Amino acid sequence: MEHFISLLVRSVFVDNMVFAFFLGMCSYLAVSKSVKTAIGLGIAVVFVQVITLPVNYLLQTAVLANGAIVEGVDLTFLAFILFIAVIAGIVQLVEMVVERFAPALYNQLGIFLPLIAVNCAIMGGSLFMQQRIGLPADNSQAITCFADSVAFAIGSGFGWMVAIVLFAAIREKMEYCNVPKPLRGLGIAFITVGLMAMAFMCFSGIKM
Amino acid sequence: MGLFSKKNKEAFNTPLFKENPVTVQVLGICSALAVTSKLEPAIVMGLSVTIIVAMANVIISLIRNTIPMRIRIIIQLVVVAALVTLVSEVLKAFAYDVSVQLSVYIGLIITNCILMGRLEAFAMANKPWPSFLDGVGNGLGYAMILVIVAVFREFFGTGALLNIQIIPQSFYDAGYLNNGLMLMTPAAFILIACIVWYQRAKDKSLQE
Repeated sequence: MEHFISLLVRSVFVDNMVFAFFLGMCSYLAVSKSVKTAIGLGIAVVFVQVITLPVNYLLQTAVLANGAIVEGVDLTFLAFILFIAVIAGIVQLVEMVVERFAPALYNQLGIFLPLIAVNCAIMGGSLFMQQRIGLPADNSQAITCFADSVAFAIGSGFGWMVAIVLFAAIREKMEYCNVPKPLRGLGIAFITVGLMAMAFMCFSGIKM
Repeated sequence: MGLFSKKNKEAFNTPLFKENPVTVQVLGICSALAVTSKLEPAIVMGLSVTIIVAMANVIISLIRNTIPMRIRIIIQLVVVAALVTLVSEVLKAFAYDVSVQLSVYIGLIITNCILMGRLEAFAMANKPWPSFLDGVGNGLGYAMILVIVAVFREFFGTGALLNIQIIPQSFYDAGYLNNGLMLMTPAAFILIACIVWYQRAKDKSLQE
């Protein structure tokens, strides 16, 4: 339980997907012009991350790992293709289920769901999970059981959401600032993210 | 139409500067930032992406008339994932140290928006040869930004380039210090911002 919480907090603040690993930058920059849409996309990312990452964990441990199906057969080289197929498939499925049973939610999330299939925070989460399975159990980043993978999924998705909502709020305020012409838009956005990343570096001292 | 007609040259040239995938189209930022703390992985990453974009463009362009519109995203992802798997295995075999440094970011080429962007925007509508040139152009445009950022980060962060010490020991004896911040994430954001700034100050048509 202690490890569960520590993993959760670590992946929100210390190993933040955006500020520590630069993941999901494309949609991060594109869909952060208003707080409302940022929250929508953030929720969609958390949602998809929490479903796909544990599924990929099971896939990795029960099918792909060395000797998981047949003794002496290592299928890890198939990981890229299978992970992305699982993600694309689940996104499609989630989209259909949400459309059928929660039309109101679908209208809010609808446009973002297909975007998420190619959001690298989702794929990156699965690939980091694959790397961390091999870590020793006393390492605070280790993922040793199914519950850990759920904690990592919630933490990394939520960390991404926190990052995009904060960033969108700053950008909304920045509309009123007189930024030098060549820096407007993309340039100042990058500088803002850089400063936010510096602020998040303060969390790296947290010992759990 | 000749092999190097004006139109084909344009397909190759525009993505290098005028339509640079990183600084103008804002694609593929994630890996552009993450692998640039040293020059060597940046070069390897740039070349890998160039090869994969070019090959994927050719393959998709060859089969573009047989792909059903509804499932095209999944087909594109599978083609890209297969190519990335190949490149990743080759790197593991011949350049193991670099592939360890690049860690998950090689796998993340699959969700690199440059790939999907070029496949959707160019390869689905053009013949194989222009698609190949477009892929190489975009890959090199991406690699160029990577190399520029990596040169700055490695030089100011460690005083070396390609692991060869450039700043002599006498400088350090005289009190010169490496800028450790250059190796961390915020520096990457701010350097990209400076490149965008420079490019937009030169070319007024890009300003927002």
